[in-house]
Amino acid sequence: MARVVLVTGAARHLGGQMTRALAKDPFVERVIGVDVVPPRKVLGEAEFIRADIRNPVIGKIIRSADVDTVVHMGVIATPVQAGGRAAMKEINVIGTMQLLAACQKSETVRRLVVKSTTSVYGAGPRDPALFTEGMAPKHPPTSGWAKDLVEVEGYVRGFGRRRPDVDVTILRLANFIGPRIQTAMTSYFSLPVVPTVMGYDARLQFVHEDDGIEALRVAAASEATGVFNVAGEGIITLSQAIRRAGRPWLEVPRPLLGFAGRSLGSRLADFSPDQVRFLTYGRGIDTGRAAHVLGFIPRYTTARAFDDFVRGHGLREGFTSRVVEATESAVFQAAAAAQRLASSAVDWGSSRSEVRRA
Amino acid sequence: MPEAQVIPLDGPRRPPGPRPAPEAATTGRLHGVIDFLRRRLTGDFEVDEFGFDPQFTDEFLLAPLRPLYERWFRVQLRGIDNVPSEGGALVVANHSGTIAIDSVMTQLALLDHHPAHRHLRMLGADLVFQTPFLGELARKAGHTLACMPDAERLLSSGELVGVWPEGFKGVGKPFSERYKLQRFGRGGFVAAALRTRVPIIPTAIVGAEEIYPMIGSLPPIARLLGLPYFPVTPTFPWLGPLGMIPLPSKWIIAFGGPIHTDEMPESAADDPMLVLELADRVRENIQQSLYRLLVEREGVFF
Repeated sequence: MARVVLVTGAARHLGGQMTRALAKDPFVERVIGVDVVPPRKVLGEAEFIRADIRNPVIGKIIRSADVDTVVHMGVIATPVQAGGRAAMKEINVIGTMQLLAACQKSETVRRLVVKSTTSVYGAGPRDPALFTEGMAPKHPPTSGWAKDLVEVEGYVRGFGRRRPDVDVTILRLANFIGPRIQTAMTSYFSLPVVPTVMGYDARLQFVHEDDGIEALRVAAASEATGVFNVAGEGIITLSQAIRRAGRPWLEVPRPLLGFAGRSLGSRLADFSPDQVRFLTYGRGIDTGRAAHVLGFIPRYTTARAFDDFVRGHGLREGFTSRVVEATESAVFQAAAAAQRLASSAVDWGSSRSEVRRA
Repeated sequence: MPEAQVIPLDGPRRPPGPRPAPEAATTGRLHGVIDFLRRRLTGDFEVDEFGFDPQFTDEFLLAPLRPLYERWFRVQLRGIDNVPSEGGALVVANHSGTIAIDSVMTQLALLDHHPAHRHLRMLGADLVFQTPFLGELARKAGHTLACMPDAERLLSSGELVGVWPEGFKGVGKPFSERYKLQRFGRGGFVAAALRTRVPIIPTAIVGAEEIYPMIGSLPPIARLLGLPYFPVTPTFPWLGPLGMIPLPSKWIIAFGGPIHTDEMPESAADDPMLVLELADRVRENIQQSLYRLLVEREGVFF
């Protein structure tokens, strides 16, 4: 059982939640959060050390605190958070290498849990409907966060080979969504008008932020090793998601999606080639292994996690959503009026026929 | 409302026994439309992991094709009882007709006329899923990419799966080669059936060859559009959109007796010799039924 846990990326939203969740766990004696920037919220009973995992300081922390479990969540998703793509790549890749180097030297580390993403499977027309952990991507990611994570996973596998005595677990999590979290996807759905690719309807899977944290906590405490896909049950299509969020949308030809998205605002919404492919084809993953081997089943289905996000972000309260809703209710009222008219005409007709028969 | 006017007033001609009142049908139908609209607009419906949207498929996608099935091609079904009412099964059929309407007609046949109203989940080429609109509709209609993981996932979850192993070689063959089965892929469909131990139902489709008699192809245009072929028929492209109206041939879809795979040894799927042999057997079975049906049918159009 984990006693001293080190969490990287602890200053960010998910890292902070994870650190707090572990601090409440009775089996965990001590939690140390590490990040380059100070945390925005207090980490509860956890300790926080401001350290850059890109330099060997991290090794000293692991040694001095006798860390036995390392939860690596310090891979940054967007350049905005890191201050540019170059810095982001350095934190993600060099940071992971330094962390793994420190773990390899350590005699106390017994378990390594890495938060990865299902984006490493890429997205494209030749994909199977659902990816299992053993499948190779048909259209591997070419840039950004997903490519960083492909490299991170490669280094983690290398570490696993060099230190077979350390249990290594990689969680590939679907896109996070929820009432509090801000990601490229939540920004995308929050655009005043959501641009979509004409002629395609991507299949999406989400994991609720609470479920994602719980999956990482279970993985940190478990003895299961290997790669696990994590996502809420079921899928929703992009068009279905937009309608559930009550958002207005605009279908544009695929080459114009990035242009349309950027001109609609929001720095955080991502329209890189990989993300455009994802918004075109979508992706499905099989979560059977996490359920059977890790024993983790998310509380929220994909659809319910998405609804919770819509509620939490107040998406239905914006001006454009109100216009959509008003239009919809007008259509329903018109239809209901037509229905009443039809049934009264029928009543009138049948009463007349009864009179005749009588 | 026009429906409201057609209430029969002369009682005696009405057949005895209970009959749904027409007024109930009218309002019920309108209510159904409103409910359908509401669900679509608010995203309150479910799709499966393949993106299959049964409500959309039944009420929207297949509706305009039903007249084509019933009145234009007047499809005659044989051996529909050979398709099991539950559990996984693999329907394997010949492919023809320049545009793959034969697959959609088979889907309709099984949905509307099979006692268990089964949805046929087809395995399609990757070109289908690359093409805008077509790929989206194919996913919504329950179809997926022809690859081993998807085939096995569908079959082992008890779905009825349809494959057209000739692929584009079958649909895009010249009219002079009609009803001659092309090479049957690499036998992947047989391996999928063997692994999941589901029966194979060899199916022969007669009539689809004559809907667009392909007398030539324009490879440069095909290359330009990224298509496997660009058809030339007696009416297309000469008559423009009018040339896209299919000829009203009379169709027969015959489902043959199932070939059971559950008696075969456990390792059969990994034995290429056995797989290819079985694929050949299925092909031969379909070819023989095609010949038989061709002799039986009286004319192409009647």
